[in-house]
Amino acid sequence: MLKQIEGSRGVAEAVAMCRPEVVCAYPITPQTHIVEDLGAMVRAGELKDCEFINVESEFAALSVAIGSCAAGARSYTATASQGLLFMAEAVYNASGLGLPIVMTVGNRAIGAPINIWNDQSDSMSMRDAGWIQLYAETNQQAVDLHIQAFRIAETLSLPVMVCMDGFILTHAYERIDVPAQDQVDRFLPPFEPRQVLDPADPITLGAMVGPEAFTEVRYLAHHKQMQALDLIPRVAAEFTEIFGRTSGGLVCPYRNNDAETVIVTLGSVMGTIEEVVDAMRDDGHSVGVVALRSFRPFPHTALRMEMKNAKRVVVLEKSLAVGMGGIVSNNVHMTLHGSSLPIYSVIAGLGGRPITRSSLHSLFLRAMDDDLEETEFLDLKTDIVERELEREKKLTRPGSIAENILRDLGVVDAAKTA
Amino acid sequence: MLSVRIHGRGGQGVVSAAEMLSVAAFLEGKHAQAVPSFGSERMGAPVVAFCRIDDKPIRLREPVLAPDALIVQDPTLFHAIDVLGGLAPLGFLLVNTGRNIADLGIEKAVEHLPKKHVCTVPATEIAMKYVKRPVPNAVLLGALCAETGVIGIESVVKAIEAKFPGRLGQANIIAAKAAYELAARA
Amino acid sequence: MAYQQVKFYQTGTLTVGNRLLDDALRTVQATMDRSNSLDSGHRACQGCGEALGARYALDAAMRATDNQLIATNATGCLEVFTTPYPESACRIPWIHSLFGNAPAVATGIAAAMRVKGRKDVRVVAQGGDGGTTDIGFGCLSGMFERNDDVLYICYDNQAYMNTGVQRSSATPGGARTATTQALGDEPGADFDKGKSVPLIAMAHQIPYVATASVDRLHDLEAKVEKAMAIRGARYIQVFVPCPLGWGAKPSDTIKVARLAVESGLYPLFEAEDGEIVRVTEIRRQVPVADYLKLQKRFAHILGNERQLARIQAIADANIRKFNLVKTSEGG
Repeated sequence: MLKQIEGSRGVAEAVAMCRPEVVCAYPITPQTHIVEDLGAMVRAGELKDCEFINVESEFAALSVAIGSCAAGARSYTATASQGLLFMAEAVYNASGLGLPIVMTVGNRAIGAPINIWNDQSDSMSMRDAGWIQLYAETNQQAVDLHIQAFRIAETLSLPVMVCMDGFILTHAYERIDVPAQDQVDRFLPPFEPRQVLDPADPITLGAMVGPEAFTEVRYLAHHKQMQALDLIPRVAAEFTEIFGRTSGGLVCPYRNNDAETVIVTLGSVMGTIEEVVDAMRDDGHSVGVVALRSFRPFPHTALRMEMKNAKRVVVLEKSLAVGMGGIVSNNVHMTLHGSSLPIYSVIAGLGGRPITRSSLHSLFLRAMDDDLEETEFLDLKTDIVERELEREKKLTRPGSIAENILRDLGVVDAAKTA
Repeated sequence: MLSVRIHGRGGQGVVSAAEMLSVAAFLEGKHAQAVPSFGSERMGAPVVAFCRIDDKPIRLREPVLAPDALIVQDPTLFHAIDVLGGLAPLGFLLVNTGRNIADLGIEKAVEHLPKKHVCTVPATEIAMKYVKRPVPNAVLLGALCAETGVIGIESVVKAIEAKFPGRLGQANIIAAKAAYELAARA
Repeated sequence: MAYQQVKFYQTGTLTVGNRLLDDALRTVQATMDRSNSLDSGHRACQGCGEALGARYALDAAMRATDNQLIATNATGCLEVFTTPYPESACRIPWIHSLFGNAPAVATGIAAAMRVKGRKDVRVVAQGGDGGTTDIGFGCLSGMFERNDDVLYICYDNQAYMNTGVQRSSATPGGARTATTQALGDEPGADFDKGKSVPLIAMAHQIPYVATASVDRLHDLEAKVEKAMAIRGARYIQVFVPCPLGWGAKPSDTIKVARLAVESGLYPLFEAEDGEIVRVTEIRRQVPVADYLKLQKRFAHILGNERQLARIQAIADANIRKFNLVKTSEGG
């Protein structure tokens, strides 16, 4: 049924239809509306047979889900940013134990300095923790991916993180085709755990593994996640059969068939980039874009297939590996290992900085002239940066970087500067 | 595509305004996207919200930099931030005030706009009269219908009803219709 | 389990045997059909108080729940010495997740049982003092505050033992650990630090809080069985000497535990809904020196009048606060 609702609300309705048995809630901007909506549904009796638990921290949120999932209950929670880091130990634990928990990450920057706005640093920080990571471009996809996530998780016995841009998606009202309960029930059978804590058949979960077996255990975890490369497209195809629309999969190309300049990205910025690609195609440029739907496992083969005509690749990401450069571009380098294609890494949108059509347009034009640095920061205020670097050279105590920048920008009264 | 930008302060229902506008457009079979641009919950701080309306799916995710219509729920913002920035040459301006444009000190800034595209409505006063609360958002949407014709008043009425059930919704509807009449006559 | 008053005649040992009780009142461990939840073959040290306490506690919980029990375990000695993959000494469904989340994992299991309508299946969470009073404290408090239907058992050996004997907030003043060495003006652990989780548990007003000791195992079993008859958050802290960490003889484990109780240093009591309802009386108060001298971790105390007096003062204060010694005036 078509509805005009907040993205978070859509996700809550989708998750509710997946019949979760345990939902753990701890507030953190920008996911909180999701768990609030689920809590209200449980209280109103709309979401039955579900225990909604208000926990004392994100670490507790995922830990409670670990317990309930290990005991055979379909379990869900949501977090972002600092919260995801706070539960980091549990994130690794859940995948190590092979527990099919589904968790929403409302992508948000990580401090310090504290910042509540969108970028993908948070989910990127957990990219190697053994969870499957799916990225939604629109709220429709967010809804669809959560439903697929439970299916993927329970088939492989591996936890799945569904990532959606904070505020841009979570707090946006847009048209969403919310599925019907019977469709979801057809698509998602009841949870049949591969292993379960049950007095009728006792097992020991979480034993200690030493040097003689640990490598093999980790190899098999890697191998299991690689199976998702086959499973994710199959699940997406089944989804299309039942729900009647294309959603999910490993990668999503747009006008990329013959593109000489291929842009690779993830998440909601894909929409803006599609607009720019259309405008540039109208101007006769050969440009296309590919969104990574699955980031873990990384779809090297599927992505390589999108590079058939490529003369260059531009990776546009909302994350940064401090001391190295782009995270996503680093992964793309691995995809194109051995090829001579120039790969430009563009860091954009950090901490909620808007990514505009005009900035992208100029950026892509420069890319086509191969006039980009290997690593570029989109819309970096270079004069501000240079002023701060000068300051640091001259003063032993240059003061707080953020404060100096804000004064230079005129956001804070410059008259008080030393 | 039509882009609307709504300015106000925390507590004035700016975000709800954008949401209701998007729902009204949805009820008319259009695609609409409403997004807030704000931070932590705090009363009184400047708040901006955006609403895009189109006949086809909206892919753009940037802030509304060149609005076709601008709603200003709090005129004190004119001297605090660049409210009018990017307003289209033939754009619409709707200001919540009982004063006139000259009194607000923005006459020069809007003199290039068509006269009928600049509208002032004492929305807070209207809201106080009918809703007994100084929240002008629904009222201004009623005026927007009359000023721009971009959305029908009946759709706005349904959107208000969906957002505010019961007596509060009904009161807001009466207020919105009053503003609609006022703006239509101007 | 009920109590039966028994006339006891000193027979040359300190053991009151099950043979003086009716079958029905004998301990769980005395029965042939005990569950052996923690089976033999584990790798605990000789004389490990925790292995002893956990075995008694889990079997008692199994009997009380008609064998419908699931256990969680924090990282620590108990987890490490029972489950070296691919072997496990745990015969009951058991999960080890992390160091700090045993209470939260238990909350999750209890929620799963509730949602699946399996009211008969109960949950026990276990941790050492490190995992309980320090790193697991947040999750513990959360479980208490929500009144989740979990019995949390803390095996208190007063330091992080598995990692090599480091100080925890349960380490008593004066005790030597690797991070509170017996060096300097104030050798051993600081006296002005530490926390009492049983008292904190009581402050949460949970239905049942108790302290126990492995020197009186019947009492431990009784407390566990009583706890399992109650629904909601419950906490039992068991005093478990660690011969290796304390520098005590493995054969002294029970003796050391008894002396801790009878000196007043480890009060045994039960509380319901935040109020103490029963204490274990000390028949004859023992000077703390008798307890301390059996443990190398207190070796530096015995020659240190000031610290010895401080420890004695703690014991005396406990006796007064918990009313552990009944005076002839009936106080």
